[in-house]
Amino acid sequence: MRNLPPSSEARELQEHRPHLLRFALLQLRDTSAAEDAVQETLLAALQAPFDGRSSVRTWLIGILKHKIVDHLRRQVREAPFADPAELSTADLEALFAEDGHYATQPGDWHDPDQALQQQRFFEALERCLQALPRTTSRAFMMREILGMDTAEICKELGVSATNCGVLLYRARMALRACIEKTWFSTARM
Amino acid sequence: MGLTRLTCRQASRLQSQSLDRELTLSERLSLRMHTAVCDACTRVSRQLHFLRRALRDYPGPEQ
Repeated sequence: MRNLPPSSEARELQEHRPHLLRFALLQLRDTSAAEDAVQETLLAALQAPFDGRSSVRTWLIGILKHKIVDHLRRQVREAPFADPAELSTADLEALFAEDGHYATQPGDWHDPDQALQQQRFFEALERCLQALPRTTSRAFMMREILGMDTAEICKELGVSATNCGVLLYRARMALRACIEKTWFSTARM
Repeated sequence: MGLTRLTCRQASRLQSQSLDRELTLSERLSLRMHTAVCDACTRVSRQLHFLRRALRDYPGPEQ
């Protein structure tokens, strides 16, 4: 148990609000839904004891992920249909020449893991995620940030397994190309 | 057992799927045979795994 009086605990949690809001906004693309998810997270955090096994921020993000899943479900219920263009593979075919080779050769990223130490890399990644079409982005973030399995994602989005695969494939290829262009091709090494 | 000779287009699909499900033995072997001789697909494979790590780390280091 912590000895902090509740008011200072609440204040400490509030300091994380802007960060949490950005995280939620990226995934929900809706300010009021993102604000609700963050508010619910901070309320839940006040009622749950912090176990000290991770940083406060990591702990809060863990709670926030569950709240985001709830809000994503609500968004999908309210506007369930994917844009048919997102289920087409035309844009993906265009990445390749007729003989099946890459139309543009993928670049060499050298030692990419050092980018993970840089806040600016994550800002570039965020911009690339924001540029993805809506359902593509939802499917990808459900998979990679929220850690859902594909069966769950297809069910939540109401699309077939094949379409789900197309969404995830597009997200990965588009993100690969985007981060290569905006981060790894510029001299930051 | 006849293994399919993959194009980069087909290889990239399997590379994405391998992050979501376990590939079958013949898919794995076809993919391995392709990447063994294809620099582009070797890069893409590393890059897709890197992106997964980056998303796990998102939102990045604490200031």
